[in-house]
Amino acid sequence: MITLSHIEKTYAGADGAVTALKDISLTVAKGEIFGVIGLSGAGKSTLVRCINLLERPTKGSVIVDGLDMMALSDAELRKARKSIGMIFQHFNLLSSATVYDNVAFPLRLSGMAEDAIRAKVEPLLSLVGLDDKAQQSPSQLSGGQKQRVGIARALASEPKVLLCDEATSALDPQTTKAILELIRDINQKLGLTVVIITHEMQVIKDICDKVAVIEDGVIAEQGPVAEVFLNPRQKITKDFIGVLMGNDLPAELRGVPISEAPIEGGKLLVRLTFFGESANAPVISDLVKGHNIDAAILYGNIDAIKDTPYGRMLLGLSGTPGAVEEALSFLREKDLRIEVIGYVR
Amino acid sequence: MSADVFPLLMKALGETVAMVAVSMIAATAIGVPLGVLLVVTAKGGVLACPALNRVVAAVVNAVRSIPFIILMVAIIPFTRLVVGTSIGTTAAMVPLTLASIPFIGRQVETSLREVPYGIVEAALAMGATPMQIIRRVYLPEALSGIVSQLTTVVIALVGESAMAGAIGGGGLGDLAIRYGYQRFRPEIMLATVVVLIALVQLVQFAGNALAKRLNKKEL
Repeated sequence: MITLSHIEKTYAGADGAVTALKDISLTVAKGEIFGVIGLSGAGKSTLVRCINLLERPTKGSVIVDGLDMMALSDAELRKARKSIGMIFQHFNLLSSATVYDNVAFPLRLSGMAEDAIRAKVEPLLSLVGLDDKAQQSPSQLSGGQKQRVGIARALASEPKVLLCDEATSALDPQTTKAILELIRDINQKLGLTVVIITHEMQVIKDICDKVAVIEDGVIAEQGPVAEVFLNPRQKITKDFIGVLMGNDLPAELRGVPISEAPIEGGKLLVRLTFFGESANAPVISDLVKGHNIDAAILYGNIDAIKDTPYGRMLLGLSGTPGAVEEALSFLREKDLRIEVIGYVR
Repeated sequence: MSADVFPLLMKALGETVAMVAVSMIAATAIGVPLGVLLVVTAKGGVLACPALNRVVAAVVNAVRSIPFIILMVAIIPFTRLVVGTSIGTTAAMVPLTLASIPFIGRQVETSLREVPYGIVEAALAMGATPMQIIRRVYLPEALSGIVSQLTTVVIALVGESAMAGAIGGGGLGDLAIRYGYQRFRPEIMLATVVVLIALVQLVQFAGNALAKRLNKKEL
């Protein structure tokens, strides 16, 4: 649905050209929720604006729904933009218009008749749960409600693509959750392709199918969310995930010397990551029953990436060196990721 | 106060109101589009044309830097061309209008610049044309601010119209100078000042009330 190839964006700055994006290539399939995560200033807002050409790339090509966006005339581009909805961090609603008029705005731009507009706006307002707010002014709404108006407005012209520029960054966690649920709902009901720009890994984890991690205007890594989450290769990705997953050792183990060689009377620390089916298998009970060891759970967490459950656990295995080795090979055979941290006393 | 003052005062008030009203309407009709032009042709505007923008801005600054009393005299040939005479209330309307156009242009520009760019960007993302953005985004969003700014212009016009006496334009200022000052009738001076104060208060009050009604940002 969206193909960006070798996008480059430079701005004329005071001391020569500033490169905001370098050789960005990515593909978003139809119906997919694609997340782009990066720190502020990484270039992610510029990247999303390159899709509807609010920012025109200096080099590269942008194909949306088969249209070569860069080759379009002004009038053709305006037409193409009507099938790309966009929502914003600060909502960008017309403060002088009611909720109803805000949602009707894109339809009025297209010169649609008022009764046809009514027939479209009313179902949209109920889709986003704001039927009773139609005649209110945006200033009377909460942040979450304003974003709902933004979503209804973006959907009014029946777009194929929805671009979300930090759409939940100005919202509190509960409201963020509700807005993400709404976006996901729309994605499923309408088959809409969604691109989400965010600096919160939680957003990526909750609703995205694929993710691209962007750093200093370059895509550091990209792929299916579960893959990137469970197997991050770049430091920036690990940092983002670390914030969310609690990769750190429990407080009492921090600063304790970790040895690679077995320690008499010590424990072997092993971090397990369960994903999908394996999350439901009775691995720990099999481990303890089948081997002559003790397993202490030092840390555990169960969550989901989009709809797939995953769990992380830090075990302390103790027993004779032989038994611990055997237990490790048992774990390695299982359908899960294991990371041996080392021995502690 | 003698009985002859009241009719004089009413006549002068009528002249002032006529000068201010006509000049204001004419200047708004040209000044508002001028303000829009200054915003949309600026660098990064929806009809960016920096060269045109610089020229228009320079002309605006040039007209604004001429003191009104000099402008009024300097454009007498032009005034005669437009209204057929260079003296009287009607003639005074021409320089008043001309002086107010760039003033309104700058005031409207200021109000339009206060419209968050995000809203303009949202409209662009929805495929709005530059004209639609002017009509449906900039003007409605800035309306309350524009009304406030125009109120300031009306009050400035009341002040400038006082100088119209120099070309026989009449009005309250003229009355105050000719009767109050030159004929040593302080009571006429005082009465004129009181009427002027009341007029300005009324304009400001009406402008504020209208601007407040139009402002939906804070409720």
